[in-house]
Amino acid sequence: MTGKLSAEALAAGYGPRDVVTGFTHAFATGRVTALLGENGAGKSTLLKALAGIVPVRRGTVRLDGRPLADVPRREAARALGYLPQSFDPLFPILARDLVLLGRTPWRTPFGAPSARDLASVDAALSEMDASRFADTDLGAMSGGERQRVLLARVLAGEPEVLLLDEPAANLDPRHRFLVIDAMRRRAETGGTVVFSTHELDVASQGADDAVLVSGGCVLAAGTIADTLTEPLLSELFGVSACVTPGAGGRPVVSIGPSRGR
Amino acid sequence: MISRRPAWAWGAVLAAALFGALLASLLYGSVSLAPQDVLRALLGQGDAGTVSIVRELRLPRALLAVLVGGALALSGAALQALLGNPLADPYLLGVSGGAACGTLVGSLLGLGTSFGVRAGVFDALALPFAAFVGALAAVLVVGVGASAGGRLDRRRLLLSGVVVNALSSAILLFLLSFGDPSRTQTFVFWMLGSLAGATPGAVAALSVYVALSLALLLPLARAFDALALGEETAATLGIRVERAKRTAYIAASLLAAAAVAYAGIIGFVGLLVPHAVRRVTRAHRGLLLLSFLGGALLLVVSDVAARALFAPAEISVGAITALLGAPAFLVLLRSRP
Repeated sequence: MTGKLSAEALAAGYGPRDVVTGFTHAFATGRVTALLGENGAGKSTLLKALAGIVPVRRGTVRLDGRPLADVPRREAARALGYLPQSFDPLFPILARDLVLLGRTPWRTPFGAPSARDLASVDAALSEMDASRFADTDLGAMSGGERQRVLLARVLAGEPEVLLLDEPAANLDPRHRFLVIDAMRRRAETGGTVVFSTHELDVASQGADDAVLVSGGCVLAAGTIADTLTEPLLSELFGVSACVTPGAGGRPVVSIGPSRGR
Repeated sequence: MISRRPAWAWGAVLAAALFGALLASLLYGSVSLAPQDVLRALLGQGDAGTVSIVRELRLPRALLAVLVGGALALSGAALQALLGNPLADPYLLGVSGGAACGTLVGSLLGLGTSFGVRAGVFDALALPFAAFVGALAAVLVVGVGASAGGRLDRRRLLLSGVVVNALSSAILLFLLSFGDPSRTQTFVFWMLGSLAGATPGAVAALSVYVALSLALLLPLARAFDALALGEETAATLGIRVERAKRTAYIAASLLAAAAVAYAGIIGFVGLLVPHAVRRVTRAHRGLLLLSFLGGALLLVVSDVAARALFAPAEISVGAITALLGAPAFLVLLRSRP
């Protein structure tokens, strides 16, 4: 298997049901991969299994060829950055303090944050256009502002692999591109970026590759041009899709209600 | 930014205030003593009666207030971080209900003839022991109820604690309906919380629990910080979430059980103090340490007030902390940023 991160015959889930089942894919290094699928297709569970927070029932997740379970906890925490789909702060917390938590795997148990930690926090906030609310409480922010701060938390850890669950949710068009650019930058510098979405335009604009997830396993995988096709999309989402070539070879997808179903 | 305001500066302020409160606690009482006599008595010099009052009565009582107040606030701070619930309180885990049951069963069995009054050495030790056993039994039941598939479920822990406390009250009412009125009265006095039973032995025992719990909780400060992001995200940051939760649960329970065993049920310290401290620092290393100091200060001051307000009569210190605590808590809630 090539690539930093891969899954072989992965099964994971909650309770009696396997939400992800028989998922096999190697995520290409240096590329942005979109996980596309319906609500409940298993995208979030898959990301959690890749991040090592949902117990793997069968199969293996590999990081650098090693089973993730064998990678020391701190090393895995430094290598993998995970953005959950939703987050509600339990206690008041300032944006900068939250972003600093992203540095946890790099910090000693007791010491104050190092200059490097603080520099990473500032850079991440600035990259997410969130510097001006660094000293604002998360509870006082709009959904989109909060989302950018949460993304900055992941970026501040400087992980080689980013696992982002709906990173573009709640974002206006400008900030959506800001996030897309941040993902692309990580890929261009040798990172591995995996994100989930059910928004086709985010996938077509943001990703190099796509994995279409249906029923917890791979329906199709390949480049954006190979996967965002009319037959595959209508099979995946149960809608009619119209795909036209767009700028830079990125397909432009428009969708409508399903025909003849 | 709030988290980088120096927590140690607040620590120094609290420590100085605590020192002052301790002096006041040694000076005030049914017998008025001059400051220089108190200081001499602390060193074992001067009138034998004064030495006995200061070294055997007032000093253990003041130190017990420090340890009980600190333990309750520390337990509350750890528990709020563990449960992710700012309303968590040390008694939530069934500790108070279990301790009350243990104490009442102990007294029905004839351990300890009275509460808060110096009886024999065995009596003085037997009831705290019964309270401690009752508290630990309740904590065990709550912990088993909250475990699912080898994991400690935070929401279940809350519910499980509430249910066990309710069950304990039912058992208490059942047992009390058999008791004679005088026992009921002394029991209620214990329930309201009192530091009157302070002995050097109690101080020594409690300081062991506090030292042990601090040693368990302080290394978890980073984990508590990360838990603010939720258990799953904390795990991706390299935190051993289950181990942190279990350790925090055990340490917080031990602290509360030991405090209840020696001082009865003193409310609001564990709830109020961490809330107030969170205004100053939100990073848990500072939060835990400042909570301990703040809890100690609050209880020493409350105990002085309990003795001084209607002297020579003594009010229950639990009534004072609740009288101070409830309005203070409401003010904190209203002024929430």
